[in-house]
Amino acid sequence: MSNQNTEIRQVRIAMRNCGIIDPSNIMEYIARSGYDALAKAIFEMQPNEVVDVVKASGLRGRGGGGFSTGTKWQFTAAAKADKKFVMCNADEGDPGAFMDRSILEGDPHGVLEAMAICGYAIGAQEGVIYIRAEYPRAVERLYQAIDQAESMGLLGDNIMGSNFSFKISLYLGAGAFVCGEETALMNSVQGGRGEPRLKPPFPAQRGLWDAPTNINNVETFANITQIILKGSDWFRSFGNEDSPGTKVFALAGKVNNVGLIEIPMGLPLRDVVDKIGGGVADGKKFKAIQTGGPSGGCIPAEHLDTPVDFKSLGALGSIMGSGGMIVMDEDDCMVGISKFFLEFTAEESCGKCTPCRVGNMRLLEILTRITEGTGKESDLAELENLSRTVCDTSLCGLGQSSPNPILSTLKFYRDEYLAHVVDKKCPSGTCTDLLNYEVVAEKCKGCTLCKPVCPVNCISGERKEVHIIDQDACIKCGACVDKCPFNAIIKG
Amino acid sequence: MSDSITNFTEIDTFIDGLPDKNGALIPALHKAQEAYGYLPKEVQLHIAKRLQIPAAKVYGVATFYSLFSLEKKGKYRINVCMGTACYVRSAEVVLKEFAKELKVDIKATTDDGLFTVDGVRCVGACGLAPVVMVNDKVFGRVATADVRGIVEEYLAADHAE
Ligand SMILES: Cc1cc2nc3c(=O)[nH]c(=O)nc-3n(C[C@H](O)[C@H](O)[C@H](O)COP(=O)(O)O)c2cc1C
Ligand code: FES
Repeated sequence: MSNQNTEIRQVRIAMRNCGIIDPSNIMEYIARSGYDALAKAIFEMQPNEVVDVVKASGLRGRGGGGFSTGTKWQFTAAAKADKKFVMCNADEGDPGAFMDRSILEGDPHGVLEAMAICGYAIGAQEGVIYIRAEYPRAVERLYQAIDQAESMGLLGDNIMGSNFSFKISLYLGAGAFVCGEETALMNSVQGGRGEPRLKPPFPAQRGLWDAPTNINNVETFANITQIILKGSDWFRSFGNEDSPGTKVFALAGKVNNVGLIEIPMGLPLRDVVDKIGGGVADGKKFKAIQTGGPSGGCIPAEHLDTPVDFKSLGALGSIMGSGGMIVMDEDDCMVGISKFFLEFTAEESCGKCTPCRVGNMRLLEILTRITEGTGKESDLAELENLSRTVCDTSLCGLGQSSPNPILSTLKFYRDEYLAHVVDKKCPSGTCTDLLNYEVVAEKCKGCTLCKPVCPVNCISGERKEVHIIDQDACIKCGACVDKCPFNAIIKG
Repeated sequence: MSDSITNFTEIDTFIDGLPDKNGALIPALHKAQEAYGYLPKEVQLHIAKRLQIPAAKVYGVATFYSLFSLEKKGKYRINVCMGTACYVRSAEVVLKEFAKELKVDIKATTDDGLFTVDGVRCVGACGLAPVVMVNDKVFGRVATADVRGIVEEYLAADHAE
């Protein structure tokens, strides 16, 4: 990204070392004050002082929920037990996001050091990283980084000669989105199916192997060392009151510049799309920006001035999420997008609770019939009702948020749903069952070029006469449209 | 159908080397899938016996996670990314094109055992959307017109072996 604005508006805290140091060499990390924060915590601070600084920084969980990190540490620190765990959630299941992967591959020590600091603060000696098996490079980097840190006495027994010991192990996932949910994740580490547990008890009371456990996301941890070294006021100088600091996003979809960005919270969405993203690609018209993946929602053009923070995105019926940000243009059908996310959640539902297992399936069926042209107007009310039931009654965050894509698109793009159920039309021309290809008589010159490209021979008409497409036989492949030199065939 | 597997040394060595059998099921299944390419019944039963857990639990876990496969996959696994970034860039059409080109259903394997076609979750290369992975190789910005070429590349590679 060469755009000058990009340089000005991005701030790197979580990704400060990514692409700058050689992640396979611990000395390069150390040269950029690596492990200084751990030393400062162990030798100059009491555990409760560490918790206090993190709490004062206002850092909120970057894994989606946005819970105060300091408060969570405080809860786990207060739990009385011989054994406690620090866990790092590197499951990164949001389809279309790769922030955590980039941090782990680009700066693994930043996360390891933060986990050790957390261990010191809450009184834990063991850390576990749960990472997707789909990220082999990140896994390799982490193993290597742990080895190097242990051999230098920066992890393991009696770190830097102190009486604090902390070791970290890795646990590989096996492809299940619900395992990103913290209690499902713990069941998975214990060797079982990744089904969530009822809360309370919260992990801070009873987590991994029933021991008090503090779990944070990769990016949350990636902020910790800088907060310890530079203080909470420094951290609060970025972002806004609601959401201090920065957030990493994976900007993708229909914008000119795609890739990872780290921006101070509170930046308006418009700056992300236009300045950093360089605007919508191919001169198309902006339709929506999707945040929060399958648990989030679509935000329309009239709300592009919304600042990126937990509260503002929540107010629009979307969520901050873990950092997926997908731009959509006029060619994307919002009913189709809802259906896409529901296909995802219906497949990933673990099946333990009924509202999520059955409810999401029913929602998907309704959306499917709408996109196939057999939906009724009453389906919209049914979608809304059932969505609220699934949100209110599901066991874990997966089902509690899975209808968000439907609710947000129904709210902002209702006319698009209505076009599908009343006029049986898909305004963006994506739902093939609702499409017709027709020859515009005034434009057709009867050149016959379209006839041979039709794979099902459904175009008739003599040379120099207007051609006709047999609607019953047409498979809507669009080959004739591409061929016609006079733009005489329209899709609608 | 699969030829029955009788040699379990790789799993045995792995399980023997574990410091603690608690929570070892998923790592053991990873190991077995790496060794055999899939998890047939006899392998699941063997793991159950060695870890002293019910076979039903092994089956329950093996079927829960999408990375574990109970069926043998093709030599070349064509995985079309179905993540959001790829979806909005027409990944679905690309997936269907592969199925059409190979005359095989999605998720199924060709009769010659060469190709399995499937959709997968975000592979973390969203900037290159739509993304197709064939085994470990990544193809970015794939259009339907590229599909035949990719298939032919692997047919040729197989022929050369
Ligand atoms: C269905 C579901 C999937 C989740 N996936 C992830 C994930 O991939 N990564 C993550 O860090 N948190 C994920 N979470 C959130 C975790 O449950 C948990 O809140 C988080 O790891 C806490 O860390 P934080 O406070 O640092 O954000 C998911 C939650 C739900 C309900
Ligand atoms: S959505 Fe396809 S690589 Fe991320």
